[in-house]
Amino acid sequence: MNANTRAPLWALMLLTLGLTVVLLGTAAGSQGWQAWWSAGGDVVSHQIVWDIRLPRSLGAWLGGALLGLAGAVAQGLFRNPLADPYLLGSASGASLGVGVYLSLWGGNAWAMSSWLGLGLTGAAFVGAVLAVVFTLLLARGVQQTLRLLLAGVVVGVVLGAVTSLISLLQPQVLQAMQGFMLGSTALVSWTACATMAAVLALCLTLAWVFARVLDALSLGEATAQSLGVPLPLARIVLVGVISLATGAAVAHIGLVAFVGLAAPHLVRSLVRCTHAWRLLLSALMGGALLVLADVMARVLLAPQELPVGVLTAVLGGGYLLWRVYRDADTGARS
Amino acid sequence: MAEFFRVWAQSLALVGFVWACAQPAQAITVRDDRQQKVQIAQAPQRIVSLLPSLTETVCALKQCHTLVGVDRYSNWPEAVKSVPRVGGGLDPNIESIVALKPDLVLAAGSTRGADRLQALGLNVLRLEPRNHNDAQRVWRTVAQALHVPAADSDRAWQGIQAGVQAAVQSLSPAARQQRVYFEVSPAPYGASASSFLGETLTRMGVSNILPASMGPFPQVNPEWVVQAQPDVIMAGDSSRVSMLQRPGWSRLRAMQGQRLCVFKQDESDMLVRAGPRMAEGAQLMADCLNRAAGIAPAAMGSAK
Repeated sequence: MNANTRAPLWALMLLTLGLTVVLLGTAAGSQGWQAWWSAGGDVVSHQIVWDIRLPRSLGAWLGGALLGLAGAVAQGLFRNPLADPYLLGSASGASLGVGVYLSLWGGNAWAMSSWLGLGLTGAAFVGAVLAVVFTLLLARGVQQTLRLLLAGVVVGVVLGAVTSLISLLQPQVLQAMQGFMLGSTALVSWTACATMAAVLALCLTLAWVFARVLDALSLGEATAQSLGVPLPLARIVLVGVISLATGAAVAHIGLVAFVGLAAPHLVRSLVRCTHAWRLLLSALMGGALLVLADVMARVLLAPQELPVGVLTAVLGGGYLLWRVYRDADTGARS
Repeated sequence: MAEFFRVWAQSLALVGFVWACAQPAQAITVRDDRQQKVQIAQAPQRIVSLLPSLTETVCALKQCHTLVGVDRYSNWPEAVKSVPRVGGGLDPNIESIVALKPDLVLAAGSTRGADRLQALGLNVLRLEPRNHNDAQRVWRTVAQALHVPAADSDRAWQGIQAGVQAAVQSLSPAARQQRVYFEVSPAPYGASASSFLGETLTRMGVSNILPASMGPFPQVNPEWVVQAQPDVIMAGDSSRVSMLQRPGWSRLRAMQGQRLCVFKQDESDMLVRAGPRMAEGAQLMADCLNRAAGIAPAAMGSAK
């Protein structure tokens, strides 16, 4: 475990990288970097830099960190390198929440006003959390990993079908849904940043506390039990962490693909360390990845912008594939 | 031609300016489709519109010169083509909109980001024109918000309604007897009697094979259409090819008799937008129905 000593160094580097890009992000947007220079005097430029670019860059970092953390917890908990944060049905739950919200909007005024306080963000969050609760009910708790995974898949498929049905019956919902599914940081406000930061702090603390259990789990379930770690409690808390982190991220930035899967993999290929460090590094990696992708999405086609989810899918997928092939060629284990 | 437009725009701007100066500044409060009160202190001079029908409404109220930004789908009248684009209703570019310093943003109820724009301190009016009643309400609300005198806006609206009425009356008695299927996209989605298009058809007295109870734009089972045997089929350009390939459709009376009207994209815009061009849209449909009723079997191609 002497590699653990390299982990703090990596953490510092990833944090610096992420925050540097967040700052760089304040100079990127449809109005060009000139807005940055005039931000001191001009009210509108000031608003663009401080109230639009900074929160969205920070929001991208926080959202990426939440997804990276959730992905690392999921991969550790399910002992499956293919596990990602959306595994327990939260993605399809969030989509369904958005679909229901949008279709009610198009309909009667009563539903509109009663849902108004909740908003699109609230609807997505409630959908994501309800979907995980549904998964837990179907799996009758969190004690059997395989049952949990299967229930997650079933919930994902069923809720996805219901969402399709809604958009079939109400075609005007379809387009708006698509905007949500691609993911975008364009609408992130300071309030959203504060919410995500609070959730990230809570989830990181909880995950850090139970990281020891994930270390034990990596030796197999039977061994973990014999080591006397509080497995049942840890399972409940960690599933809670996954759903809370994913729900908060998805509600604010939509379904951003691949960050949650790729971040823990990249961390694993960079440094070998205990789960406590791996969780933190995955969060930092996820944040750095997403904010990088977001700034690129803003710059590539300026003054137009790409949905960031498209970019993370292409870049993350490509990089991961390259790593896998490279590792296979050199005979190393990924 | 460009010179003409420039002079025209300038004189409009001048008239607008003189008019604005002559009016005492008076705050107006309007209610948007979310029942939120929006206060507009004086006649807006910098408007961003995020919905084509709202853009057209602003221009029809002779306030085109106040538009400083429009969504990427706004394409009428000609003057808006030179106005900066600020993304679409689904992906509005928040930064571009804020940079334009608008004093009023017109958005659809479903526009993502309307809340965000409001939180950034912009005056956002959310309006969703979906049917004929909506169209009138939205027209009035926009006119109020733009500080256009009620007498002027009502007169203009009556002009539009007179146009719709003229289209209705141009129908021959035989044309009125026909049953119509209107296909909006080749999935296929049809326009039922409760959609904006369907309401125009209802005003003409022709019947729609899709009842209002199916919702405005139901996905249609192609078999349903074969069974319903419409006399006339109207469709967007994208449907033409796929229609011919659907099993059983070659035996539809409307297809055999070539009583098929295919509308080009710019014509479809007039038909589906619940805005000031509804009379032109109605006339397009009336012409199609008259032609279909007038032809002997196998004498007509597509409309236009």
